[in-house]
Amino acid sequence: MTAIADTRILTGRSLRHIARSPDTIITTALMPIAFMLLFVYVLGGAIDAGAGRYVDYLLPGILVITIASGVSYTAFRLFLDLQGGMVERFRSMPIARASVLWAHVLTSLVATLISVAVVVAVALAMGFRSGAGIGAWLAVAGILALLTLALTWLAVIPGLTASSPDGASAFAYPLILLPFISSAFVPTAGMPGPVRWFAEHQPVTAIADAIRALLTQEPVGADLWVALGWCVAILGVAYGVATAVYRRRMA
Amino acid sequence: MTAAAIEVRGLEKSYGELAVLRGVDLEVPRGRIVALLGANGAGKTTLVRVLATLLRADAGAASVAGHDVATAAPDVREALSLTGQFAAVDEILTGRENLVMVARLRRLPDAGATADALLARLGLAEAAHRRVGTWSGGMRRRLDIAMSLVGEPEVIVLDEPTTGLDPQARLEVWAAVRELADAGTTVLLTTQHLEEAERLADRIAILHEGRILVDGTLAELKALLPPATVEYVEKQPTLEEVFLAVVGGGERS
Ligand SMILES: Nc1ncnc2c1ncn2[C@@H]1O[C@H](COP(=O)(O)OP(=O)(O)OP(=O)(O)O)[C@@H](O)[C@H]1O
Ligand SMILES: [Mg+2]
Repeated sequence: MTAIADTRILTGRSLRHIARSPDTIITTALMPIAFMLLFVYVLGGAIDAGAGRYVDYLLPGILVITIASGVSYTAFRLFLDLQGGMVERFRSMPIARASVLWAHVLTSLVATLISVAVVVAVALAMGFRSGAGIGAWLAVAGILALLTLALTWLAVIPGLTASSPDGASAFAYPLILLPFISSAFVPTAGMPGPVRWFAEHQPVTAIADAIRALLTQEPVGADLWVALGWCVAILGVAYGVATAVYRRRMA
Repeated sequence: MTAAAIEVRGLEKSYGELAVLRGVDLEVPRGRIVALLGANGAGKTTLVRVLATLLRADAGAASVAGHDVATAAPDVREALSLTGQFAAVDEILTGRENLVMVARLRRLPDAGATADALLARLGLAEAAHRRVGTWSGGMRRRLDIAMSLVGEPEVIVLDEPTTGLDPQARLEVWAAVRELADAGTTVLLTTQHLEEAERLADRIAILHEGRILVDGTLAELKALLPPATVEYVEKQPTLEEVFLAVVGGGERS
């Protein structure tokens, strides 16, 4: 399949970019780590998140923030490729046109999951522990990968439409804030009515709750399916819009 | 298959209200070098982008190596290679990595050897293993051209290939273009340098106000002017000749 071979070659190219500026992986992990330190060591004492270590409660939401900040680099890199003429160069060559976007998406997946691993390592150093088995960990990895894929396709849209590099990555700010109005940091039970309603019906709560349940070996229940449903829905819509924008922009 | 490598008939393209191409007719014979002359904003880049399937025309038709740009875009991309007006090179990769990537995308059996040959041909071998981000503008331009030569496409389109190059680099690019034509490649290049068109092209087409005003050999174009009157003047060296003499370059073809 020529499309797969083209995607492989172009993915190799952008992975090389990452390998040559590993600081993006560190920068991606930096903010979530800062939040984690802040919440665990400064605010954590005042937060009642039930029994158990607060870092165990917190980690799923921190991982969502990591992914949101990771995919914003994808928008940035795609924007630079467009501006520098590389996308045009590839599009004037006899290669599968979709491979240009897929290469960025796969690179984002790899880079973001490395950042996630860095954050998990820091959490372990801060006392995070989980007795979850390999199956639960695989399920967690699967949810995180699916979420990264969905948010990456979402990031492709500003990457294609932005008029400045800052504009390309700014879309991630609301995504980074979303976990704060969810069950990621504090249980929703204590929130006032409308906020609580929003928190309980937005994707981060379902995703964070599902991951937390898997890691603390509690029954996952419906959260898992709600979380997966959100991821698949975001992925579907974002993919559709991104590819439509790509086709129209290039017509 | 038609005889011409590029055939353009009644091509029109507007950006909103601005009618840039208003019925362009152009024919580029196989194996020839044709220069497309035009002032800033004449629409040279627009025409070239239509030929490279990057832009859709509003009306008219264009074909490359017998393939229609609108209905057989993949075949056109196979036959034609574009060097755009602004260098499109990957600055984080080295020069060689850039060329190897393009060669692999074109499925050449020995991408590394192709890359090395092109680096040598455009005088870039020394810098091959440095990141392109550290290269000068002229070197990037030559790499950009080299990337279009990968895989020896039938038709090469160069949009202002020598803008921003020093005289010596310009001569190297000219030599590379001539070599291409000698090997049977068709070349369409846009330029603002009349001298470049004069020295390099078999035919010259002038794009003005959305149409091709004239199209012919240099002799045919000169014949359009009133016959020259003979005057005796002392021949001054051109600035270019002076520059080349001082820096010790000179034509290396
Ligand atoms: N995407 C665009 N949207 C709107 N107008 C455009 C667009 N691209 C080009 N134009 C306009 O179309 C005209 C022709 O542009 P084009 O780039 O084809 O000219 P050119 O002959 O290549 O000029 P130059 O010698 O400066 O490169 C210009 O007036 C330009 O402003
Ligand atoms: Mg131009």
